[in-house]
Amino acid sequence: MAEINLVEAVNLALAHELARDEAVVLLGEDIGANGGVFRATVGLQQRFGAGRVVDTPLAETAIVGTAIGMAAMGLRPVAEIQFSGFLYPAIDHLINHAARLRNRTRGRLTCPLVVRTPCGGGIHAPEHHSESPEAMLAHTPGLRVVMPSSPARAYGLLLAAIRDPDPVMFLEPTRMYRLFRQEVADDGEALPLDVCFTLRGGTDLTLVSWGAMLHETQAAADALATEGISAEVIDVATLKPLDLPTILESVARTGRCVIVHEAARTAGLGAEIAAGLAEEGLYSLLAPVQRVTGYDTVMPLSRLETQYLPSVERIVAAARKTLEAS
Amino acid sequence: MTRTRKPRASAERPLELRLLADMLRIRRMEEKCAELYGAGRIRGFLHLYIGEEACATGAMHALAADDNVVATYREHGHALLRGVGMDAIMAEMFGKAAGCSRGRGGSMHLFDVARRFYGGNAIVGGGLPLAVGLALADRLQGVRRVTLCVFGEGAMAEGAFHESINLAALWQLPVLFCCENNLYAMGTALARSESQTDLCAKAASYRVATFRADGMDVRAVFDTVSRAVRQVREGGGPAFVELQTYRFRAHSMFDPDLYRDKAEIEEWKQRGPIHSLSAQLKAEGRLDEEAFLALDAEAEAEVAAAVAFAEQAPWEPVADLLKDVHTPAGAAAGGTP
Repeated sequence: MAEINLVEAVNLALAHELARDEAVVLLGEDIGANGGVFRATVGLQQRFGAGRVVDTPLAETAIVGTAIGMAAMGLRPVAEIQFSGFLYPAIDHLINHAARLRNRTRGRLTCPLVVRTPCGGGIHAPEHHSESPEAMLAHTPGLRVVMPSSPARAYGLLLAAIRDPDPVMFLEPTRMYRLFRQEVADDGEALPLDVCFTLRGGTDLTLVSWGAMLHETQAAADALATEGISAEVIDVATLKPLDLPTILESVARTGRCVIVHEAARTAGLGAEIAAGLAEEGLYSLLAPVQRVTGYDTVMPLSRLETQYLPSVERIVAAARKTLEAS
Repeated sequence: MTRTRKPRASAERPLELRLLADMLRIRRMEEKCAELYGAGRIRGFLHLYIGEEACATGAMHALAADDNVVATYREHGHALLRGVGMDAIMAEMFGKAAGCSRGRGGSMHLFDVARRFYGGNAIVGGGLPLAVGLALADRLQGVRRVTLCVFGEGAMAEGAFHESINLAALWQLPVLFCCENNLYAMGTALARSESQTDLCAKAASYRVATFRADGMDVRAVFDTVSRAVRQVREGGGPAFVELQTYRFRAHSMFDPDLYRDKAEIEEWKQRGPIHSLSAQLKAEGRLDEEAFLALDAEAEAEVAAAVAFAEQAPWEPVADLLKDVHTPAGAAAGGTP
């Protein structure tokens, strides 16, 4: 079993599904001969042909709109958008058509579409190349939003996304593409969608995060452990539909919760989770819920990037605040 | 439940009489829709096609049964002539569960997968990339079939038009882009929205074959679209056809129609497609008033039956409000008629 990084896990999952199901077709800008802007599709066109791995013009509206038509015809298109900041020209088709095709036809048509796109900051890229649009997408009924945080979860969740009968926005944290390696078996075993993954058990507080921020969140849990504080760490993984029960169950045991995301603060998914805790878990809380998030500004150029992104120190400070509360 | 329509335009009838009968079916259905909208039986928006019937009628008759159709929010006629039952269309207008989109699509989103009718589309230009996707899927699945994509001239100011026709031409996909140019994008006249008002010239810049027809003359539409379809079907890549037409009614039921000269509307009405064809056929001695009235009565009877069907059809249960956002676990994906 090979140790691979997250982008290699994406490639492995795409190759597995291309080989398993001839309805799977990839399309996007420079994904063929060039192997994709982050090399996620490297070698796939050579292996599966230009009819299965389709290079498109730089035209996001057409990529996603065409993929919706293909999905309506029973194919399983997997579209790549080079950066999530380039997704916006395609939003019309995602919200107005992909997300609604099933509802609009009461199930006579579904839209088994996956849109893969790198997201998040931390690679010293400018604004549009560092976006975190997950809350905007999660707000749309009919879109499923998934973000892996490790090579193994990237492999298993992407298999599940491609096999899912509905549209899935698969947001790949750019900063994690080559952050670490992990053993991943190419066994075709999908991981479940719509559930959180508890990455480590704990008794004193619950840290909730997703995507690349789990790197800092886990480091914060390590730092807290050196002080004798036991933090449970939850990877939300599927952001919509949100698995609130797993978070509620954890907070029922720990009584404290810190939510960490790098997207801007206002109306971020942290607010949704905090609202869920207020509605359904208030009596188990021993301290106010804390959010550690990006700021309500555009992702800055690289010098200020580390100021923008939640740091281990900020997460630890928020955790201490919950512990001091009672 | 979608009931198939009763045979109306009998196959033995000469083509011209079938075209006339179908234009009458669209006209009478929509006149009744306007009346029902006024009475509050049909809600949501309603965009009538009255005056433009020759376009859908000529174009739909030029297609094979197996071809794909993607249309706009002014699609009642296209759906009807693709074989979506008038009762299922009327029930959809009412928002009843017996509608062709089971009551969730409404006037602007008539769908019928079994008839390869991939929807009305409320978003201007929204259907164009979808049509390219249908055609690409056909090619990848080894199916030879034409995708007819209908849109108004307003869609040609949208970016989706350019991205879609470029892709179709680049990949030589069998899409017929069919522009129903009724001169006004809601209230905006063509010359106020397009730097190039010669729509064929605009399309031709993508190196696709272009065709143009008088959209008030159903025989001209049928002939022109038939030629275009043949070229696309024979592997000539995508093509573009402009049908020059005019809507007699306002854009929607809420549009005060302040942007058009009343004299202009009256002038176009003199060229009404139903009147023109019936007058021509009478002059040619192929139709008399009695036969015309018989066709009209057939259409009226079909409309009456459709309204009765829609009126008695049950509403969707309130308990179904949250259904069909996502596919239930274990259900199959896609394309189940």
